[in-house]
Amino acid sequence: MFLQINKLNKNFETQSGTLVVLKDIDMAIEQGEFICAVGASGSGKSTLLRQIAGLDHPTTGEVRIEGNSVTGPGPDRGMVFQHYTLFPWKTVQENTEFGLKLQGVPKKERREQASYYLNVVGLSQFAQALPKALSGGMKQRVAIARALASEPKILLMDEPFGALDIHTKESMHEFMIDLWQRTGITVFMITHDVEEAVFLSNRIYALGARPGTVRKVMTISLPNRTHLVKRQSVFHDYRDELMDLLRQHGQEALATL
Amino acid sequence: MSQSTSPHSIQSLIKPKSIRPTVFWRLAEDIPRPLNTVLMIASIAIPLLLWWLVTTFGNIDPKFLPSPAKVMEAFGRLWSTRELLKDTVASLWRVGVGFLFAALLSIPVGVLMGSFPSIRALLEPVFGLMRYMPAPAFIPLLILYLGIGEEPKITLIFIGVFFFNSLMVMDTVKFVPKELIEATYMLGGNRWEALTQVILPHVLPGILDACRINLAAAWQLVIVSELIAATEGLGRRISVAGRFLRTDEIFVGLIVIGVIGLAFDLLFQYLLRLTCSWASQKR
Ligand SMILES: Nc1ncnc2c1ncn2[C@@H]1O[C@H](COP(=O)(O)OP(=O)(O)OP(=O)(O)O)[C@@H](O)[C@H]1O
Ligand SMILES: [Mg+2]
Repeated sequence: MFLQINKLNKNFETQSGTLVVLKDIDMAIEQGEFICAVGASGSGKSTLLRQIAGLDHPTTGEVRIEGNSVTGPGPDRGMVFQHYTLFPWKTVQENTEFGLKLQGVPKKERREQASYYLNVVGLSQFAQALPKALSGGMKQRVAIARALASEPKILLMDEPFGALDIHTKESMHEFMIDLWQRTGITVFMITHDVEEAVFLSNRIYALGARPGTVRKVMTISLPNRTHLVKRQSVFHDYRDELMDLLRQHGQEALATL
Repeated sequence: MSQSTSPHSIQSLIKPKSIRPTVFWRLAEDIPRPLNTVLMIASIAIPLLLWWLVTTFGNIDPKFLPSPAKVMEAFGRLWSTRELLKDTVASLWRVGVGFLFAALLSIPVGVLMGSFPSIRALLEPVFGLMRYMPAPAFIPLLILYLGIGEEPKITLIFIGVFFFNSLMVMDTVKFVPKELIEATYMLGGNRWEALTQVILPHVLPGILDACRINLAAAWQLVIVSELIAATEGLGRRISVAGRFLRTDEIFVGLIVIGVIGLAFDLLFQYLLRLTCSWASQKR
């Protein structure tokens, strides 16, 4: 088992008392899987990802990667944040190199590695540009290249395409599928876009809100991963099933308010 | 819910409004460059013109308000005897040393206070207290401890700049997005690297801005310090001129102080543009 989450609970202490955000989360993810976690806003998706990243610690339970308990952040997990987190004073090239620089890779090697991944995300011409000169989709691709440059074992992504228009989003999806198939990297991605989840992942964790729990695990098997598959009924069936599930959770959550 | 306000009736109550195009009253938008230049020149020229008009046609006692020509004359006189240069150098030196020490110390202290809540808790209360004690109020103590040489003057500037600058630098550090620091950790950086390679470059524009503002304070304090006990300096020049009713020399002193201060300000703004072109908003 590559990534394992055991009985994870996360509470936050607030002025109005203890807020239970994640309750009894269990997950088991194999090497090379593309996992999406889907849930309504506020269901604790970002919080869950932060526990896996090691940026925050579970109240009880644990996260294990290749058998080792996660105790803190580290470059074996590549992270793409929900908001743009490029360093505004660094060029695209310097941003992409930064992780390798921090890990002591000599200049020449890190330059080559960064150039390679900038080419992978299709931004070679913008290597010398500052982030402020990029569009939202381009910024997010740089963030992906930056995460990939350290060759992490797993890519953690928090709604990376949430702010993109539908066409940019679609090309990012194709890019992700291509990347995943070529490198065999494990991906754990958070989204609230149901179609995105069905199209990209081989398994989906549907989360219920207040407190966040795993309501259902869906295994997706599509005949192919081109945009044409979105017109096929098998795609629609998965999408509708997931939609119904989330709608039901939403109504339950509203009823408990 | 009341049914009385249908969409139709609310329409009749809405006052029609439109935003007309304008050049002069543009809000948070650039105005044309020539207009900008003209306005900036007018900003200096109009007061000068008024001054000249009042003194030429106003029948005012020159002991009270000397004419621009008389002030120029006094400037030439003080310049030719090299007194003005000596005064300026003396004041500049005090500001330079006092401000440099204060800045060199307050920048790291402020960055540490902003970065580490522990250090902030340790220093913020006492700094906050010191900030509200006006630096000139320390003059009697400084004379008592350090005499009347250069040390009390430089120390005064140090006190006046150090606490303010530390707290202002601290504030700029607080605005570094937490996610940038977390991204650094995820890329393999440790705390030291996050501090030196992410926080520091991110707050550099803020630090330069804080220094720019506090340099103005230092410049005021040097004048105050020279009013008490000094043999040379622009502040001293003004107080001596006042004693002998040489109003034209007071004006010379004031204008020199203003011009030097403005030059420093422009220098800092230039530095800011040079080093921080990445900060997308224009300053
Ligand atoms: N540091 C914190 N302190 C207190 N409460 C928190 C903290 N972080 C998150 N929460 C709460 O936990 C809940 C889940 O937040 P989280 O950001 O994980 O949601 P999300 O599923 O990522 O939502 P979205 O889709 O809007 O990003 C929210 O109710 C939020 O208020
Ligand atoms: Mg979130």
